[in-house]
Amino acid sequence: MTSTADAELHREPAIRLQGIEKSYKELHVLKGVDFEVAPGSIFALLGSNGAGKTTIVRILSTLLRPDAGTATVEGFDVTAEPVRVRESVSLTGQFAAVDEILTGRENLVLVAKLRHLKAPGQVADELLARFNLTDAGSRKVSTYSGGMRRRLDIAMSLIGQPKVIFLDEPTTGLDPEARIDVWKVVKELAEQGTTVLLTTQYLDEAEQLADRIAVLHQGRIIANGTLAELKKLLPPAKVEYVEKQPTLEDIFLTLVGNNGKDES
Amino acid sequence: MSSHFFTDTSVLLGRSMRHILRSADTIITTAITPIAMMLLFVYVLGGAIQTGTDKYVNYLLPGIMLIAIASGIAYTAVRLFTDLKGGIFERFHSMPIARSSVLWAHVLTSLVANALTVVIIVAVGLLMGFRTSAGVLAWLAVAGILALFTLALTWVAVLAGLSAKSVDGAAGFSYPLIFLPFISSAFVPTNTMPSAVRYFAEHQPVTSIVNTIQDLFAQRPVGNDIWIALAWCLGILVLGYVFAMSSYRRKIS
Repeated sequence: MTSTADAELHREPAIRLQGIEKSYKELHVLKGVDFEVAPGSIFALLGSNGAGKTTIVRILSTLLRPDAGTATVEGFDVTAEPVRVRESVSLTGQFAAVDEILTGRENLVLVAKLRHLKAPGQVADELLARFNLTDAGSRKVSTYSGGMRRRLDIAMSLIGQPKVIFLDEPTTGLDPEARIDVWKVVKELAEQGTTVLLTTQYLDEAEQLADRIAVLHQGRIIANGTLAELKKLLPPAKVEYVEKQPTLEDIFLTLVGNNGKDES
Repeated sequence: MSSHFFTDTSVLLGRSMRHILRSADTIITTAITPIAMMLLFVYVLGGAIQTGTDKYVNYLLPGIMLIAIASGIAYTAVRLFTDLKGGIFERFHSMPIARSSVLWAHVLTSLVANALTVVIIVAVGLLMGFRTSAGVLAWLAVAGILALFTLALTWVAVLAGLSAKSVDGAAGFSYPLIFLPFISSAFVPTNTMPSAVRYFAEHQPVTSIVNTIQDLFAQRPVGNDIWIALAWCLGILVLGYVFAMSSYRRKIS
């Protein structure tokens, strides 16, 4: 590889949407969505409930066909070459898609086998260790806490080293510590060169993680840029003196020791 | 069809079989209710029932097997419904696997699980005095008809699992199927029934299947019943498959 700047210039976007439209019966959810995501970056899609974030993720992961427009992932068209797209992506849906009756390790082995990897057991053990689930690995997933379930869910998505990962509201319903765990994983992924598209309704999550943020509103992208660019959309900040109060999250994390582990 | 169809299907079959073996109640429930019914009918009511056979259990066993299968396939609908609701179905579908193997694994699981249940029921039947002089061919014919009956109802179950709005809905469609054997030749010969009931009993699928299996076990000639039974099973199979697949395609498009 040449210098990063050079590579950035010449590489195709990892994800590209042009004029994507989708309706459910009368409901026109997406009215022409365009955006691009650079390889290896974290892109946050921000929007309120029902804005159509999940619809975009489902189109990109080939679960849903768009009514109009084109979408490509790693250069492959989602409707023309869905199989190639599926080879490049991994989806972590809004609700942890784990098998409750199997153990954590069996879940990982299952996905590794379905991805036709050579040593499914070894892959599973490595991921259990990486996600602090080694001790819980032999327990049924139905006994896991919400945070553990989400970690397992993300671990399952990483099997086979997909180039692009979709995270649909990855921290909804998680407690603050589990949330920070997920953030850490997302940052690590991007550092290793994985492209991450995440949807969220939490503004601070987008602020914390994303290289670029797009706001989806009433079926269209109404803003798209880096955090700094988005801040410029508003009038320049006034300087005010405000006493810095710790947030409740700061207090909670100090009280519980902020070690980000839940070994329940 | 992808080159991974067989490996993917067997991996997913292994998964569902683990579900069944882990929730022991699945096989036990599907076997115990019919067995309880068999005990009730043989030891309590059977003495008063005239079937023209030497032992009532010989007459009863085929119907009991059909009841077991009709209740067993409800679990297929529930398992499929749970996969759809839990999001794991979408996870599988967003992966580079043979997509159809997700559905086929559930169908094969249903065949294996119901076969296990039927084996348990036959074993209990033997303990209760069930005897047959049927040879290997007759047994194979019985197994074939039961497998076809299971497969046909399984596709109906797939349709129910795909279109249900709740777990109760996914399981509930099987209740009428479980009741069909009661209005058939499964428990008593149809010639004692009032004419309207008798007409229904003699023209619904269970009677022809029960008669065929009874004849095969007793080494009597099977007559037309076997063709009527096969026609019913194939008809239900084709309809179930077509509707299930169209519902499936709508789901994944």
